Amino acid sequence: MTSKRIGIESSLAIAEAVRLANVDVIAAYPITPQTHIVEGLAEMVANGHLDAEYIPVESEHSAMSSCLGSSAVGARTFTATASQGLILMHEVLLVAASLHLPIVMVVANRALSGPLNIWGDHSDAMVTRDSGWIQIFVENGQQAFDQVLCAFRIAEHQDVLLPTIINVDGFHISHVIEPMYFLDQKAVDGFLPPYKHPHALDPDKPVTMGCFAMPNLYTESRKALDTSLRESKKVILDTWQKFGGMTGRYYNEVETYKSENAETLLITMGSYSENAMEAVDKMQSEGRKVGLVRIRLWRPFPYTALLEAVSGAKNIIVLDRAMSLGGPPPVCSEIRSALYPQAKRPQVVSVVGGLGGRDISPDDFEKLIDIGLGRIKFGDTAETIMFGVRE
Amino acid sequence: METLSIYAPKLVINREYIASGHRACSGCGEVLAVRYVCKALGRNTIISNATGCMEIISTPLPETAWEVPWIHTLFENTSAVASGIESGLKALKRKHGYIKEVKVVAMGGDGATADIGLQSLSGAMERGHDFLYVCYDNEAYMNTGIQRSSATPFGASTTTAPAGKVSMGQHTQKKNMAAIAAAHGIPYVATSCSSYPFDIMSKVEKAMKVKGPSYINILSVCPTGWRCASNLTIKLGRLAVETGIFPMYEIENGKYTLNIDLPKLRPVEDYLKLQGRFRHLDKDKTAEIQEKVLDEYNKVKRLAAGNKAK
Repeated sequence: MTSKRIGIESSLAIAEAVRLANVDVIAAYPITPQTHIVEGLAEMVANGHLDAEYIPVESEHSAMSSCLGSSAVGARTFTATASQGLILMHEVLLVAASLHLPIVMVVANRALSGPLNIWGDHSDAMVTRDSGWIQIFVENGQQAFDQVLCAFRIAEHQDVLLPTIINVDGFHISHVIEPMYFLDQKAVDGFLPPYKHPHALDPDKPVTMGCFAMPNLYTESRKALDTSLRESKKVILDTWQKFGGMTGRYYNEVETYKSENAETLLITMGSYSENAMEAVDKMQSEGRKVGLVRIRLWRPFPYTALLEAVSGAKNIIVLDRAMSLGGPPPVCSEIRSALYPQAKRPQVVSVVGGLGGRDISPDDFEKLIDIGLGRIKFGDTAETIMFGVRE
Repeated sequence: METLSIYAPKLVINREYIASGHRACSGCGEVLAVRYVCKALGRNTIISNATGCMEIISTPLPETAWEVPWIHTLFENTSAVASGIESGLKALKRKHGYIKEVKVVAMGGDGATADIGLQSLSGAMERGHDFLYVCYDNEAYMNTGIQRSSATPFGASTTTAPAGKVSMGQHTQKKNMAAIAAAHGIPYVATSCSSYPFDIMSKVEKAMKVKGPSYINILSVCPTGWRCASNLTIKLGRLAVETGIFPMYEIENGKYTLNIDLPKLRPVEDYLKLQGRFRHLDKDKTAEIQEKVLDEYNKVKRLAAGNKAK
């Protein structure tokens, strides 16, 4: 069922997951650092290893628009993008969600212009936050491979039918060669049922998709979409359980690392969590009561699981790899708003770092935690810390 | 008593695919054109429609006027959506035992076609998807209130290029979308007009027979935007053709055919004077338009004659 451990670039592992999912249509446009994924898929199609229509579109806007069309006739559909490509798609993303089209997309997260920067951070993902897509973050290539397979099962589930993004840090995951386990075709076929949209575009049963709504129905439409997205969590968790049962690799909406008995919790998303783990290991070995919480499921937001994960902590330090210019950074404001209704709230410090591919090493994480604790000590938690910025 | 035979060269099916009860303005040439397009397409069709009047008049949630599968997503992407539909169906046929023969059609107004959606249309034509693109061209952004587009004709007054003391309104020439489509080397391109139902239907039938992209530009009279009486729709469409302002032709694999070639064209004034959007034009401007129209008409005529000579 599972292959032996092999070394492969994460982008190619993602392409392999898409091939195993036996996708019908891929519509894509090149953009760094995503391109290796769709190059891999184009090669598979060209060599006959994947029977799919590959649409080499003329923009990301058209990539996602083509995905709408193919998903709406009932074809399993995949695309990948990053950065400017994702925000060029943005208008189309909202429609994919509102039309309940279960497109799966990998985003190789990258900074946004300007200045132009091709390296990783979460700015692109944060722009897309409110689009109605299910959004999942991964920390390494194995997780990317696993989550792409899970994404098809989640998105296309008849109780969900929502598009899904797997966020994969640009370069730090996408371009890294790492050892990982694949699944064989039989296992994937058993895990992933065929895609069937209950109201696909079909001359034998004509439907109208994409009506306009007057003020008397728009609110209800948005409420319905919000409800679908929130309720998708049941299928997400169920899918991860099933995947864990099959592979031994279990996933959860919020995952902790050595957080029991920790007074101070660092909260991260994506690949930098692994460096944070090393910092936690070292600090704990020195007797420091520090732990780590990683948010995997970004949308629908895991309120309950998050509150549970941080319930024993006195201090929380949240790392955002994106800014909200002129306002509080996105992940931290989400966490603060989740905590506010609680009677007993930990202190929260907001840190922005790792922008545009700037590394945060395990040593840096130690410093970052100490700086955060320093702010808490002096009651100075209102302002966001720009970690490592030269002023 | 003599017995008689019926000679009926032109039959039209009664079945409608865009139902009555939609919210189009009275005298709308666009919905008329789309009605004939749909009759010619028949039931085995999937339509991808751009944002605009057509979507607004036909699909106020929870109602729809469409009796064929129809999808509207955005303004500028209807050709890309059609690309996905066509590719999706291809994959379903090859891999999942799908056996229906479905015609994929993208539709949009002149703004959706010549302006905001030109890139996605060009991309879809270049990639060679098997689909028909129909532009119902009423020469401005009518849905948002008569703003100029690149398909607005020279001299017309619109709300964003209004005629005024120091402006004649639109000072640019109408973008030639048929020529742009033809430049992609696609097998079938045609122009038609909402006043010529049989012409529309025969061209749609032809377009659906070719393999690959086809493009039909249908001049669609808009009484609201052209500022004319709503009972003049048919007459104005005919005048557009009879004055040579809107020549009706086909380009089949690069070969031009002028479908209606009148021995003598009517003066453009016959067409212009019935419309408020041209009311401000003086004699000089009308003469300028006349000259340009003859020039363009003769170009098409020469292209068509060139084919005959071969």
